[in-house]
Amino acid sequence: MESTGTVTVKRGLAQMLKGGVIMDVVTPEHAAIAQEAGAVAVMALERIPADIRAVGGVARMSAIDLIRGIMDAVTIPVMAKVRIGHFAEAQVLQQLGVDYIDESEVLTPADDKYHVDKHAFTTPFVCGARDLGEALRRIAEGAAMIRSKGEAGSGNIVEAVRHMRAIGDAIRELSVAPGEELVSRARDLGAPLELVAELAKNGSLPVVLFCAGGVATPADAALMMQLGAEGVFVGSGIFKSKDPKRFARAIVDATTHFNEASVVLEACRSLGISEAMSGLDIRALDEAQLLAPRGN
Amino acid sequence: MTRIGVLALQGDVEEHIAALRRAGGDPFEVRNCADLAQADALVIPGGESTTVMKLLTRSALDRPIVERVHAGMPLWGTCMGMIVAARDVAGLEQSTLDLIDITVRRNAFGRQNESVEVELPIPALGEPPFRAIFIRAPWIERYGPKVERLAERNGRGVMVREGSVLATSFHPELSDDLRVHRYFLQMIVDSQAGKAPTAA
Repeated sequence: MESTGTVTVKRGLAQMLKGGVIMDVVTPEHAAIAQEAGAVAVMALERIPADIRAVGGVARMSAIDLIRGIMDAVTIPVMAKVRIGHFAEAQVLQQLGVDYIDESEVLTPADDKYHVDKHAFTTPFVCGARDLGEALRRIAEGAAMIRSKGEAGSGNIVEAVRHMRAIGDAIRELSVAPGEELVSRARDLGAPLELVAELAKNGSLPVVLFCAGGVATPADAALMMQLGAEGVFVGSGIFKSKDPKRFARAIVDATTHFNEASVVLEACRSLGISEAMSGLDIRALDEAQLLAPRGN
Repeated sequence: MTRIGVLALQGDVEEHIAALRRAGGDPFEVRNCADLAQADALVIPGGESTTVMKLLTRSALDRPIVERVHAGMPLWGTCMGMIVAARDVAGLEQSTLDLIDITVRRNAFGRQNESVEVELPIPALGEPPFRAIFIRAPWIERYGPKVERLAERNGRGVMVREGSVLATSFHPELSDDLRVHRYFLQMIVDSQAGKAPTAA
């Protein structure tokens, strides 16, 4: 009679987050700042991606007391990350009662071949993707929300743009593909035919698509929204900036009114001379330092 | 033709627009005061209430919406929209638009793991029960004297009406069933019929 954890209910929470900003936070105080600025959800973690890069070593699911403290500090949904393929970490987070689980390339992968079977969980999952095939594979595994991967902790928007364009271009191409091409296209995408056929018919993903990985300014957020993102994850961009409160609010305003340059202008101006986080040149990174290629 | 605005600051706007269109309405997005002026009725969708209250204030849409509703504009809030429309929120210092005399409790049915699909009897819609989708849903803890109770789940109010303001703590825009959208369209027709004599 009462059904929890249905596809509708899991995808539904992501639908409620559309048009919003989800912020990485590492303390209850950060979470309160994020909520006050207008975040629709927070991602609770021990270190923001830029610091995970700096510290090195193996990055794992965050300490439970830290996540619990953040859940108690805010009324908005709380997400938390597990390592790719680490279904036992996911079982722990489901038991804890977080609202969304991010199976994330930002943490060190636990399984270099397989992702978590996300259908097996009541708690919904969000997963990263660099292209449409990757997005559809994650949805086939049960992901209820997709985010473009970008390059987390880089402060550089170029990878997020590349991934969002790749996904958008592939969707547009499929939506006009003749029926006889779908089997071969599904093979080339490495995705199940039924999802490919459904997407070709509807012209959109069956789940909400956010962007992530590199958003550092209000204009970055407006750019990603105009490229087709339905919302924005901001990791290091807020709490690595010189003035997190102002950056948080400005990025929310620019995301809400991404199509109105006057509002985005005001959001940029509101930062005064505060500096955004310093960024990394992706081309200067070693392959081992890149996060996006983890999981495929 | 009656134009129904859907508040488009944040949340599941598209889903409401699609459902209103299928139910025979003429919906459009409301992002600012100029949009609001074009609307004969307003839907506040699902989303995050803390976020949307801040965005309403920052875009100076809060007062105009209150004035329009006081002047008779029909309004329907779903989940977040119900919280925004309520008089107050139990246990929290959260501002609202105070458009319907109820006190709501946020996330009262639980966090996401307790989000459910339920067969909900709604007498005003007749049989069969409505497949209601609750997502981190609020419930109603206090009702003003003029508030009509339209549905309860486990003894808790989840659908109410006061005059031309409707509130549901679930998401009819995520169901295939259009009966709640049609019910709201009828409320708009009735409110316009009621107003006609004074206008003439």
